[in-house]
Amino acid sequence: MIEVKNLHKSFSGVEVLKGISTNFEKGKTNLIIGQSGSGKTVFLKCLLGLFNYEEGSIAYDGKIFSQLTEDEKRNLRAEIGMVFQGSALFDSMTIAENVMFPLQMFADQSKSEMEDRVDFVLKRVNLDNAHNKMPSEASGGMQKRVAIARAIVNNPKYLFCDEPNSGLDPKTAIVIDNLIQEITDEYQITTVINSHDMNSVMEIGEKIVFLKDGLKAWEGSNKTIFKTDNEVVTDFVYSSELMKKVRQMYIEEKQ
Amino acid sequence: MTYLHNIGAYFLMIVEMFRKPTKWSVMKKLIFKDIDDLIIGSLGIIAFISFFVGGVITIQTALNINNPLIPKYLVGFATKQSIILEFAPTFTSIIMAGKVGSFITSSIGTMRVTEQIDALEVMGINSLNYLVLPKTIALFLYPFAIAIGMFLGILGGMAACVFGGYTSLEDYVLGIQTDFEAFHIIYSFIKTFVFAFLLATIPSFHGYYMKGGALEVGKASTTSFVWTSVVIILINYILTDMMLGS
Repeated sequence: MIEVKNLHKSFSGVEVLKGISTNFEKGKTNLIIGQSGSGKTVFLKCLLGLFNYEEGSIAYDGKIFSQLTEDEKRNLRAEIGMVFQGSALFDSMTIAENVMFPLQMFADQSKSEMEDRVDFVLKRVNLDNAHNKMPSEASGGMQKRVAIARAIVNNPKYLFCDEPNSGLDPKTAIVIDNLIQEITDEYQITTVINSHDMNSVMEIGEKIVFLKDGLKAWEGSNKTIFKTDNEVVTDFVYSSELMKKVRQMYIEEKQ
Repeated sequence: MTYLHNIGAYFLMIVEMFRKPTKWSVMKKLIFKDIDDLIIGSLGIIAFISFFVGGVITIQTALNINNPLIPKYLVGFATKQSIILEFAPTFTSIIMAGKVGSFITSSIGTMRVTEQIDALEVMGINSLNYLVLPKTIALFLYPFAIAIGMFLGILGGMAACVFGGYTSLEDYVLGIQTDFEAFHIIYSFIKTFVFAFLLATIPSFHGYYMKGGALEVGKASTTSFVWTSVVIILINYILTDMMLGS
């Protein structure tokens, strides 16, 4: 579980996060949603320790990140898996080498044990025969799956995903969403996903935190987001014609 | 103020580069890969340039010595001195700032733009140690490349001299043996070691701390070449004054 209390972050005097408090639960897919510029990416980078923050605290299973020593932070980071928006695969390495990389850096395993583990996770993300391909030879969906495989290869306790289905077609996006949810449930990981994709919200939003102008505007789940009267949330959720029709049908069904 | 900030950030980067070392088994592979990319991959251009510039120095020296009182072996002597003291260590390093420096800046800059450096940091890896230290260690073999450059420069001068008919082979060989000072070689290699460190770290700094997208990677490569050249020229002056000045 990740607990965030009163998080403040500024850039050159401009406050981007204005006191966010929330919890991200273990074994659930937790979504951070909001418009572009609402502070989602900054929030995620603060959670990952890539940005320092001025005020507030972030606790990973009770361990407050800012109070940890450098060694403790390094150990904690070894328990974190991250899927970047652009996958961030190392383009000088093959797909198998990319997935093996965290094991080589942190795990005390023999080469054959590492290879077995790589085979297992690549199979888990349905990439059985892509070991020797270079990232540039893989499609966007494949690259995302490799990034997920790399993120989970070291059995992380926390998984972070920054817009994991951006740039993907709707069908592949759903495959990626479902894969993340299955892995979260299977390995009881605390998963935090940064997204503005309404399909993801509906599919896997077991917990949703809605950000607006650096503040938490709403908190709930995919079951409650369509029932909320919060205008800020409804403006965002029902901004497309498709979603407006869905809402109309929902209201008519209710009547 | 920006210059002062960047100079401070550069020295902090160097300190940070030695913290949280990467596993030796991984570091070893990175060093060998960088030796291949930065040293072995540069030997061809160093050999080509050295050989022909050696020839040009010889021809120009020969053409400027018209006085019959000046001995012919001076052509070989001047070529040797020019190549060992200045051309091989300094001018080759300026050329390498373009070749190796641009490669380092653009490869690290692209990793920054595509979030690969963020990925390393999130995994708890000291990205400066992982990316910059192997390049710095690999470039400590740079003096070997420069030694080859010195040899081929003198050989190129000899070829130009003999085949161009400027002096005889005996005069040229006598020239390169005349007033040979071992300290000149030491001075040259000390400069080369310093330049090797600059060639690894200044382009890495520009790549690592760049902001923006693909266009900025190109701009960072150009800026890195300019600054690496400027610093090499300045350090060259300071070291020469310290080591050869009266």
